[in-house]
Amino acid sequence: MSQQMTGAKMVVQALKDQGVEVVFGYPGGAVLPIYDELFQQNEIRHVLVRHEQGATHMAEGYARSTGKPGVVLVTSGPGATNAVTGITDALMDSIPLVVLSGQVPTFLIGNDAFQEADTVGITRPCTKHNWLVKDPERLAETIHQAFHVAISGRPGPVLVDIPKDVQFAEGTYTPPQKARTEHYAPKVKGDIEAITQLVEMLEQAERPILYTGGGVINSGPGASQLLIELAESTGIPVTSTLMGLGAYPASGKNWIGMLGMHGLYEANMAMHDCDLMINIGARFDDRITGRVNAFSPNSKKAHIDIDPSSINKVIRVDLPIIGDVGHVLEDLLRIWKSRGRKTNKDGLAKWWKQIDAWKAVNCLAYKNDGPAIKPQYALQRLEELTRGRDRYVTTEVGQHQMWAAQFLHFDGPNRWMTSGGLGTMGYGLPASIGVQIAHPEALVINVAGEASWLMNMQEMGTAVQFRAPVKQFILNNERLGMVRQWQQLLHGERYSHSWSESLPDFVKLAEAFGCKGIRADHPDQLDDAIREMLAYEGPVIFDCLVEKHENCLPMIPSGNAHNDMLLPDDDVRNAITGSGAALV
Amino acid sequence: MSPLTISQGSSKHSAYDLRDPYSEVQETHTLTVIVDNEPGVLARVIGLFSGRGYNIDSLTVAEVDHTGHRSRITIVTTGTPQVIEQIKAQLGRMVPVHEVHDLTVEGASVERELALLKVTGKGEARIEALRLAEIFRANVVDSTLQSFVFEMTGAPSKIDAFAELMRPLGLTEIARTGVAALARGV
Ligand SMILES: Cc1ncc(C[n+]2csc(CCOP(=O)(O)OP(=O)(O)O)c2C)c(N)n1
Ligand SMILES: [Mg+2]
Repeated sequence: MSQQMTGAKMVVQALKDQGVEVVFGYPGGAVLPIYDELFQQNEIRHVLVRHEQGATHMAEGYARSTGKPGVVLVTSGPGATNAVTGITDALMDSIPLVVLSGQVPTFLIGNDAFQEADTVGITRPCTKHNWLVKDPERLAETIHQAFHVAISGRPGPVLVDIPKDVQFAEGTYTPPQKARTEHYAPKVKGDIEAITQLVEMLEQAERPILYTGGGVINSGPGASQLLIELAESTGIPVTSTLMGLGAYPASGKNWIGMLGMHGLYEANMAMHDCDLMINIGARFDDRITGRVNAFSPNSKKAHIDIDPSSINKVIRVDLPIIGDVGHVLEDLLRIWKSRGRKTNKDGLAKWWKQIDAWKAVNCLAYKNDGPAIKPQYALQRLEELTRGRDRYVTTEVGQHQMWAAQFLHFDGPNRWMTSGGLGTMGYGLPASIGVQIAHPEALVINVAGEASWLMNMQEMGTAVQFRAPVKQFILNNERLGMVRQWQQLLHGERYSHSWSESLPDFVKLAEAFGCKGIRADHPDQLDDAIREMLAYEGPVIFDCLVEKHENCLPMIPSGNAHNDMLLPDDDVRNAITGSGAALV
Repeated sequence: MSPLTISQGSSKHSAYDLRDPYSEVQETHTLTVIVDNEPGVLARVIGLFSGRGYNIDSLTVAEVDHTGHRSRITIVTTGTPQVIEQIKAQLGRMVPVHEVHDLTVEGASVERELALLKVTGKGEARIEALRLAEIFRANVVDSTLQSFVFEMTGAPSKIDAFAELMRPLGLTEIARTGVAALARGV
């Protein structure tokens, strides 16, 4: 094969050489040469989205469920700006994306040409790195470098902006092996001395806890296996952030549930009272810490993270270990075993007793009375009726997202895709399509709120066109439920603009899109309706009308410490006060 | 009480030298950052500072290795020890960044800045300005009957002192390059 080719051909060749199977994109003037090349080949599949934001979230869903980078192709100007939300989402949640954008020809850059936007300028703060390629000789190498940066170290989104004249110009193709990538090489092995010190601490600790996050999942399935081995051989309890769910199985005996603002009482209490906190691939996000100066006041803290800037950013730790979770856990286990597999057995036994007492509080209790479907109940039924299936779950953002995290259980990594860091309403539907494209045979469910779902509902067209049988399980409370809850907690029950009038008829909407619509509004109908959804071969929009004023509990109100939670029986009115009111 | 202990000096395992981690005292540090001289690299660095709310007291940049296309950025910044460590970590993880050095903690260094000062006036003030310039080893690089442009190189504090003295003598404009700095010794 000749190494001389047009820039557009190079783009497609580079994607093939990177092993890309699918591209999520939307055409326009500035990427037409690339689309022409896509047309003339069959190796790479292109999924035509309905809005570029949809493409980015699909690529995120694809990436999170496979561990491979997601690839997006958009045109210049509005194509690129529409992608910004998804790119930012991927940055916040450390998801590898490679976004290719068209740009006006080099000789027009800076002229306010038609559909010109300063794409590298706009995306500089929301990518790990980005490039504007003005020389066709540099194009292929840049794309290979982009893949390298997206997946190395802490993963994240990258963008390559390609002017149209560069797509037409001829140049020499650089294969991946010849691309220079050496200089970006984040450290993956942890410092052995530090790891040994952590082993010493772990051997003595009376009340240790493993606080795990998305870093375990990003480190690959091997890291999850090592986490299981560590937890089960030492007997240390495991909690996880929203991002890390599934890395340690929810059915595992050391699992004490998710922590954080809507985390479980036992998990938050254990975080508060532990004497050794081992943070594995999490970042002390403010949803997790609550009030920072009251955060786990009596513990020694170790922090394993591949990104040095995560260390001591929010919480001072006693023992930082910079490295990839998988590598560090491997060394940790090896050293612990070689030193005789010691733990503080008496301490641990007491600790578990205490944890069991906290569990007995039953913090997820809710009143399941009355004729309305409780959202928690709907999710319990969904969990029950899909247990054991090859299942992937995405969510939108709001109360339903937190309930899904509380009531659905994940026994493996890469099965749970939710917008954690950015909290992007409109994420779940396109993400579910991306997951389904990667796993055509699997059951893919988007647990949605009606308001979030409407934000990218146009992607139902993509689902139908590409035969992605995604199930849209909408917990419809006719409210911006999470906003409403905060108004109840903080703003004297003044519900300013937190309900939607004139919602569409979701069943008719499904029909209009050419898929199936199902509605349930009574608990007695629920099981049959869910079964009908699961049995249907194509995409489904499930309109589950739920209790409108249910609150998502437990909750650490902003500004409170971990041991100061709102529980189901507490009065939630005006629960957020003082300096917490200024927090989000 | 927990039997847990962590031996003193464990901060050597820290990625950074954490002197007094809890100090809220504002410190001024001079950082040297070696970067690929690629388009947008300066915007990236500046964007990091503005986006995360860090201070830039002074910033200089120029390509220092023309064959390797490397630039040296010298940044003087102020913040608590925790913020300074964050800045270094944030800079260090940027893709085009090769090296980050904190000259303020990594041993002795020399810091120099160049300034041009325009002083206008007549008579006694004009003579006094010239006399002071000589004491400060500032050179006259332009003069008219009513004005001088002085050039001076030195530590920023020396330039501050000179500018302060020139103010009542007719200082009308000042241009400063920002700090360039190198570690001393080999
Ligand atoms: C794009 C975007 N805009 C606004 C918000 C703020 N917000 C967070 S949750 C929420 C309400 C979500 O309503 P819905 O999707 O119906 O979910 P519910 O809370 O009712 O379950 C809003 C407006 C957001 N997270 N994302
Ligand atoms: Mg809602």
